[in-house]
Amino acid sequence: MSSFIHTFEQFNWEVVQQRINDTNAKAVENALRKPKRNLQDFMALLSPQAMPYLEEMAQLSHKITQGRFGKTIQLFAPVYVSNECQNICTYCGFSFTNHIPRKTLTEEELLREVKVLKDLGFQHILIVSGEANYTVNIRYFSKAVALLKAYFANISIEVQPLEQDEYEQLAQLGVHAVLVYQETYQRATYKSYHPKGKKSNFNYRLETPDRIGRAGIHKMGLGVLLGLSDWRTDSFFCALHLDYLQKTYWKSKYAVSFPRMRPAEGIDWSGAVMSDRELVQLICAYRLWNSDLELSLSTRESERFRDHAVKLGVTSMSAGSKTNPGGYASDQGSLEQFSIDDNRSPAEVSQMIAATGYDPVWKDWEFMEES
Amino acid sequence: MKNSEDIFKIAGKAFTSRLLLGTGKFGAHKDMQSAIEQSATELVTVALKRVDSMKKEDDLLHYIDRQKVQLLPNTSGARTAKEAIFAAKLAREALETNWLKLEIHPDPKYLMPDPIETLKATEALAKEGFIILPYIHADPVLCKRLEDVGTSAVMPLGSPIGTNKGLKTATFLEIIIEQSKVPVIVDAGIGCPSDAAKAMEMGAHAVLVNTAIAVATDPSSMAEAFKWSVKAGRMAFTSGLGAISASAEASSPLTGFLND
Repeated sequence: MSSFIHTFEQFNWEVVQQRINDTNAKAVENALRKPKRNLQDFMALLSPQAMPYLEEMAQLSHKITQGRFGKTIQLFAPVYVSNECQNICTYCGFSFTNHIPRKTLTEEELLREVKVLKDLGFQHILIVSGEANYTVNIRYFSKAVALLKAYFANISIEVQPLEQDEYEQLAQLGVHAVLVYQETYQRATYKSYHPKGKKSNFNYRLETPDRIGRAGIHKMGLGVLLGLSDWRTDSFFCALHLDYLQKTYWKSKYAVSFPRMRPAEGIDWSGAVMSDRELVQLICAYRLWNSDLELSLSTRESERFRDHAVKLGVTSMSAGSKTNPGGYASDQGSLEQFSIDDNRSPAEVSQMIAATGYDPVWKDWEFMEES
Repeated sequence: MKNSEDIFKIAGKAFTSRLLLGTGKFGAHKDMQSAIEQSATELVTVALKRVDSMKKEDDLLHYIDRQKVQLLPNTSGARTAKEAIFAAKLAREALETNWLKLEIHPDPKYLMPDPIETLKATEALAKEGFIILPYIHADPVLCKRLEDVGTSAVMPLGSPIGTNKGLKTATFLEIIIEQSKVPVIVDAGIGCPSDAAKAMEMGAHAVLVNTAIAVATDPSSMAEAFKWSVKAGRMAFTSGLGAISASAEASSPLTGFLND
């Protein structure tokens, strides 16, 4: 069976990194002028040499995004169902080695979250969990999805990599999208940040989008943890992955998220924080390369950055997020996965979007199958 | 033909406007509302997936005056005939109309319509009494096949959705218009009023516009610009456009000797 591994192995990290850094101004200008751009152009646009062209990139990105998505921003909320995790990801608040209270929501607790989220106006939700295969597995997710489906128009999940038949089961239950981030495409770095647990298997994770594609899931979301390794090289590999997937599973939609690494308490990471300017460059580079990618920005980012991002090419945003299980219905309890920077309520974010001249879209899906 | 006699009908229902308006992509519901008014459209498409029947106040539908316009729900998001049929029935329930813009695009990248699934769904839904306007490629044979199974109109694309590239399919649109027994509504790709006028001059019965109006700096006046361009194009068509000649007609190098 074909998988991305074959394509992936034809590229060498150091060579790609060198090519990005060797980009010259002419290559950037050529990429900007073209009506359709390929991966080489993407490479030029995310290179340091493209930085002087940032305003031009932003204006193109703005125009392309409006043409394809209109003046709209989709709103969604993450629902953290569990922070149990057997993985050691040294940069993550849920890491096995962190001694924090662990919690997996029961049905009643999940229903309490539902009530709050419905009152806030949400129709699109994203189920998130750590990786605890004995307790938070396909049986748990199936139950949760079946329960949530009665209340929401669109359900996505961001959980541990699953098997193809498990994705098929979720697709049948009505799961719209599956998000799995490779974290980093640099093997050695991946190993050092994920020393133990099921997640330490780089190839199994790398082939996960293939399993999602074969299962016929409507949409998949990819991404890298920006800052874990060189974000430019990592983003090229992510685009390479998307390019392969779009050609192979052409009936699926694709989304990219932009989680930026930040130093925080209890987290073992000390790399360079990607700057705002660089993040804008990356968002625009993706848009200029690929007009129909959904680009998503979470509440990890600041109010100010998110306000401006509305016009830069982003198409969906979370709002009012709680990143601890049960966090919507109660303020106490288990620890958050990461801290939120934009603390505004969903209503406030929605008002900001409207004030920017965009329509905040709460519902953009309908289950089209009998279940 | 006098323009006053030039009535546009779909499935027996008469419309004075030949401009259909899509309601997606507007930055605000009130922009959409004033674009509907200024365009003088009487047929507006609404994506079923965007409708939230629980949310009465703020929903898209709240801004559309159904006394003045016929709602045309679309099945956007459906990838197969089966999904589209299911969505069509949901739309009929939720929006209380049997009018339907059938959209089946398994390819989310360019939103290219699937001709095989569209034909299957049209056949099934026509039997259930739906008034179907299918979004299709500018494929003349497919248009005839859709007529055979009971479509009420055809909506061939000018170019891919949202691209504003104009009538890239002009040659095939001409064939479709020439052969069609049902109204031909050019959908997708119409980027500016002159594109709309061009389609109408060509003999299209109507056009559908969304992106070009929705993302304009002033959607309301752009809607009005489209209103006039559609009227102008139609009037030019019914008035009998002069044929464009490739050469001057003063001399007849090949047959001139016959006059000597």
